[in-house]
Amino acid sequence: MIAGARRRHGVAAVRYALLIAAAVVLALPFGYMLSTSLKSHTLLLEYPPRLIPSHPTVDNYVQAWSANNFGRYFLNSSFVAVATTAGTVLLASMMAYGFARFRFPGKGVLFGMVIVGLTIPTMLLIIPQFLLAKNLGLLDSLPGLIPFYVGTQVAFSTFLLRAFFEQIPGELDEAMTIDGGGAWRRYWNLAVPLSRPALATCAIFTFLGSWDEFVWALTVINDESKRTLPIGIALFHGQHGTSWGLVFAASLIAVVPVIVVYVVFQRHLVTGLTSGALKS
Amino acid sequence: MTTTTPALGSVEHTPVRGPSRRPALSARGRAAIAGLTFIVPGFALYALIIGYPAVQALLISLRDYKITPGAVSPWIGLDNYVRAFHDPVLGRAFVNAAVYMLATVPTQMLIGLGLAVLLDTALPGRTLFRVLFYLPVVTSWVIVSLLFQYLFATDHGVVNWFLVDVLHVVGHPVNWLGQRWTAMVAISALGVWKGVGWSMLIFLAALTGVPKELHEAAALDGAGAGRRFRHVSLPFLRGTAVTVLILLVIGGFNVFTSVLLMTDGGPLDQTQVPLTYMYKQAFSYLDFGYGSAISFLLTGLVLVVSGLQYWLARRTADGGAA
Repeated sequence: MIAGARRRHGVAAVRYALLIAAAVVLALPFGYMLSTSLKSHTLLLEYPPRLIPSHPTVDNYVQAWSANNFGRYFLNSSFVAVATTAGTVLLASMMAYGFARFRFPGKGVLFGMVIVGLTIPTMLLIIPQFLLAKNLGLLDSLPGLIPFYVGTQVAFSTFLLRAFFEQIPGELDEAMTIDGGGAWRRYWNLAVPLSRPALATCAIFTFLGSWDEFVWALTVINDESKRTLPIGIALFHGQHGTSWGLVFAASLIAVVPVIVVYVVFQRHLVTGLTSGALKS
Repeated sequence: MTTTTPALGSVEHTPVRGPSRRPALSARGRAAIAGLTFIVPGFALYALIIGYPAVQALLISLRDYKITPGAVSPWIGLDNYVRAFHDPVLGRAFVNAAVYMLATVPTQMLIGLGLAVLLDTALPGRTLFRVLFYLPVVTSWVIVSLLFQYLFATDHGVVNWFLVDVLHVVGHPVNWLGQRWTAMVAISALGVWKGVGWSMLIFLAALTGVPKELHEAAALDGAGAGRRFRHVSLPFLRGTAVTVLILLVIGGFNVFTSVLLMTDGGPLDQTQVPLTYMYKQAFSYLDFGYGSAISFLLTGLVLVVSGLQYWLARRTADGGAA
């Protein structure tokens, strides 16, 4: 008995030791980034490197935010990501509702085309999309990013939401039809409120996807004042190669919303999974 | 549209309906119109942003594309593709992508599986570990690429400091990003570090699906933890492992942002991968036709490789069952 208990303790200890070792390896680069962002410029190239800065300062954050336009880039990114999320969730939920609740000729083909879009690598399309943006006069325009982001992300959310809408029992729709509800009322007052967890999942994926989007913005945005955070950070680094403290301060500013959304997402995912109350 | 046959399975056509409906349009026609109203706005945008460019990409790859307004872009058939097969830089780019794939995919899968097994138990702090391991996955490629560029810097870089001054395994600082193979090591290290949390999460979800009774029964029969893992958990993980493998291989061939930011394909095109080379052809040299051809070759290769993997996995699965 005692030997068994000791053995189990031993197993748990090894498990923890391995997990902590992995956590340290995975977290260390982040820790070093944080520490670098807190070092004053003169100490950046100190050798040997120190994980704990001797005289921590928030100078880099203040400078990045005010003097180097990152406040502006933050607002640009927020505007584009919020608008993209709203547009994607609205259009995808409408499409998904159309696919889940109605029958009409050609529906299978249309849905098939949406699925095919999920498998096309986005980089394959960057050249023709660039030409399209040029023809539509959407180059070097911040709002011009939004239709491209929505168009790129709408297929995934449609796919996710259609499956969710199909699980809503048809009896609820029928009851609402008897009460005189048209298709739009059934969509807006029935399907949408019942699918809040799935809509939240779509919103989070879309938000993170457009917040971090880099290549497209890099390709079409020229004007410095129209940069989003990812290109702002990358191009700032290109111009000021050794200002690592500023680069990482700006990076951490950019990471904060992602972590906030991610932590909220964890909670939302759990609510989404447990609120399967409909299935009764 | 004028047929009166009632369609089945949709609320729109259930017999419960008011007497006020217009007789001119059949139930099926009304359903079609309502359904299309929901679909058209989103689908139109999707067709414009994804569908139309997908067709254009193929057409552009068959032309000597000129971006100057008014200039003629002559059709040149498969010339861009022929050129690709004779381009030594593109060949090197594909080799680099394959090396990256071989270096990162098995490592990510093994470490991810290991972490999932460690976490697959009631354990205080389990959520904390899970969130921590997943953090690199949700962090933007731009930020982690710059971070690894800093870690692998030649002078004052942490990795060199660790190797030279702590472990004493090399005598002088390594110029990591200035040479082909060492740069691939740094880029691959980033790939593994960033991706490991993803396979961990997928494997963990699959392990949670293994019925507890099976483990208990095997334990009663005297099977130790190792044998239980091999004979109970592993068969359950098979399908998941195939999916993870295929997705990681696709991702590996499509490596882009990390290479662009860490080496930009340099020095002298030594570390190009297909997508960085495509990007350079298109947006530095404005050779859109050749860039599109490279994209298609990459997409084709990825399709063939993942199709092959899927087919092999199914074949061996059938063989095992027989």
